[in-house]
Amino acid sequence: MGRKLSELIHTESIISELTSTDRNGVIRELVQSLADHGAIPLEHADGISRKAIERENDGTTGFGNGVAVPHVKHAALTRMAATIGRSSRGIDFAALDRGPVFTVFLLVSPLSAPDDHLAAMESIFRCLQRESFRRFLRQADTHEAIIELIHEADES
Amino acid sequence: MAQHDVAIPNTEGLHARPVMRFVALAAKFHSQIWVTNLTRNAERLDGKSAMQLMLLEATQGCVLRIEAQGADSQAAVTALADLIASGFDES
Repeated sequence: MGRKLSELIHTESIISELTSTDRNGVIRELVQSLADHGAIPLEHADGISRKAIERENDGTTGFGNGVAVPHVKHAALTRMAATIGRSSRGIDFAALDRGPVFTVFLLVSPLSAPDDHLAAMESIFRCLQRESFRRFLRQADTHEAIIELIHEADES
Repeated sequence: MAQHDVAIPNTEGLHARPVMRFVALAAKFHSQIWVTNLTRNAERLDGKSAMQLMLLEATQGCVLRIEAQGADSQAAVTALADLIASGFDES
């Protein structure tokens, strides 16, 4: 455990204001951002989005408190990649608490590394646990502000 | 207080979907419920909070301790341990 968030999050792919207003659109937008910035193979972006959406249909990753953590394991991936999207409007993820989602952590992993996947989830949720982190992240309206928060979270 | 220790049988471990199923079952009981990953650390987490259970990092082979306090505590730990032991219909 204890992997740093800054090592996990592909910072160039962060989206400080998501354009999409619905769940599937948000997932596609974040996967495409990872692909456009070289974190995952571009030719597999559509397939990865589709699988992440299927996974979400299977059971929500809207954990409540305004956060969702859609994720997927895919054969085309050789390493994990994660990014963050922020929506000031709020997105309907059919969350456990029925509330809108303002912060989305997207995590994509290779098929063969379930332990790394769980370790990455632990790191993400360690930060999301803190009310102050969730609140500051929701308020962080620039790319730089989100990156700064990630580094602060790693130090605390 | 009732308690039950159970090992994680499935290769994917206690990932998000199993956690959601665990908390859905836990919510059916009146007892307070806690889960500790004995293999990893001594952090006692709220068994009805999906956010907290994502901290378990319960990979295959880890032993979890399920504890419950309340009128239906025995039934709760038995049902929850059975769910984990089932491997969530995964390999």
